[in-house]
Amino acid sequence: MTTVIVDYGSGNLHSAAKAFERAGRESGGNESIVVSSDPDIVRRADRVVLPGVGAFADCRRGLEAVTGMIDALEETVRGKGKPFFGICVGMQLMAERGREYEVTQGLGWIKGEVNRIEPSDKNLKIPHMGWNTLDSKTSHPVLDGIPLGPQGLHAYFVHSYQLNAQNKGDVIAQAEYGGPVTAMVGRENIVGTQFHPEKSQKLGLALISNFLKWKP
Amino acid sequence: MFKVRLIPCLDVKDGRVVKGVKFVDLRDAGDPVEAAIAYDAAGADELTFLDITASHEDRGIMLDVVRRTAEACFMPVTVGGGVRTIDDIRDLLKSGADKVSINTAAVNRREFVKEAAEKFGDQCIVVAIDAKKVSKDGEPDRWEIFTHGGRNPTGLDAIRYAKDVVALGAGEILLTSMDRDGTRQGFDIALTRAISDSVNIPVIASGGVGNLDHLVAGIRDGHASAVLAASIFHFGEFTVRQAKEYMAKAGLPMRLDP
Repeated sequence: MTTVIVDYGSGNLHSAAKAFERAGRESGGNESIVVSSDPDIVRRADRVVLPGVGAFADCRRGLEAVTGMIDALEETVRGKGKPFFGICVGMQLMAERGREYEVTQGLGWIKGEVNRIEPSDKNLKIPHMGWNTLDSKTSHPVLDGIPLGPQGLHAYFVHSYQLNAQNKGDVIAQAEYGGPVTAMVGRENIVGTQFHPEKSQKLGLALISNFLKWKP
Repeated sequence: MFKVRLIPCLDVKDGRVVKGVKFVDLRDAGDPVEAAIAYDAAGADELTFLDITASHEDRGIMLDVVRRTAEACFMPVTVGGGVRTIDDIRDLLKSGADKVSINTAAVNRREFVKEAAEKFGDQCIVVAIDAKKVSKDGEPDRWEIFTHGGRNPTGLDAIRYAKDVVALGAGEILLTSMDRDGTRQGFDIALTRAISDSVNIPVIASGGVGNLDHLVAGIRDGHASAVLAASIFHFGEFTVRQAKEYMAKAGLPMRLDP
């Protein structure tokens, strides 16, 4: 099985690749992890991971700059239904549009848009940077066996914007930061986390292993 | 629930940990990657490398340290020290750093913060502020920015400067009191609170930690979002876990994942 981590010039894919390799090894699967900017490799992959750091518009432009990549993603993820995992801005890109600095079109896979976090407590700092627990909204195979809730494991967040999903059923988990913040979304064969599983120690590796085994 | 962060810091020179790390049985106490792995296992919330390699030409060694750390540790890593150009930042991020800390380059040219934040996103741009108290007893508190390990005054007011770098796009401030650094007398709490209360981004308190109460005070009284310490961990006085449990007992929200 091949999992491709899409390289479109957004940040560091090294740690993401290493985390997927390690999770693959630990779950005993025969996973091959490839980092690639080649749309044909995305088309042939069994699973697709879209990372992303920085600003929404920048990431969108980066994705567009790779000729044929958006088509390959549409075809592989939406067309063929291959399991897809968006990380941080890679998750936000699934929304219909982002409103960071400017209004930018997203992939439109999850109805809703990406807006600045506005904590009710004005003393809370932005970015939401650090470790938070997850409150599960819907059960999901990618969260199987991971202790959630206030006493559960923690995930590492670093973001100032969040995906506000229109359909509440698309929100799988939230984190509390002066109000609920979208931590994980998903529907059908796609999932995305606002936090960084590749930086979230135990929780992150467990979640990646689950994704590698997930058969939506 | 959102947690307070505890961040061990490793000073690295020419690819080696300065003074070594004595807290666990490491095969090579001078290898920063081994130390990073041990901190990761101990539940550190993040790790900071401060590169004090003198020559700019030898900085490739640090990139290798970062790369090897990112292969083995799945926690956030910040790298600072000698970061002067956009290329320096790109190289570090590409090697696996999650955040890069800028110090003198931002003092010399404030716009550098803006260029870096626009290029890489404000979430990965940390501005390191080294401040010293310049007001006399009886005067209202005033701190100034110093560079070169506290030797060179810049005349810049620390609070004003902090607000400036936030407006330019800094995502976090690493605040070191040059009066307290290395003294083990605790953070400069008045400085930490003055900066934390003046900006809407996270502030990491640094400089002067000698015991676990100092860590608690940095958050509770200094209003910092995170605390950074080096020697109390390196010399094995306390483990990261002990420190976090102590902070939790003092009522602070800490991450104590098994």
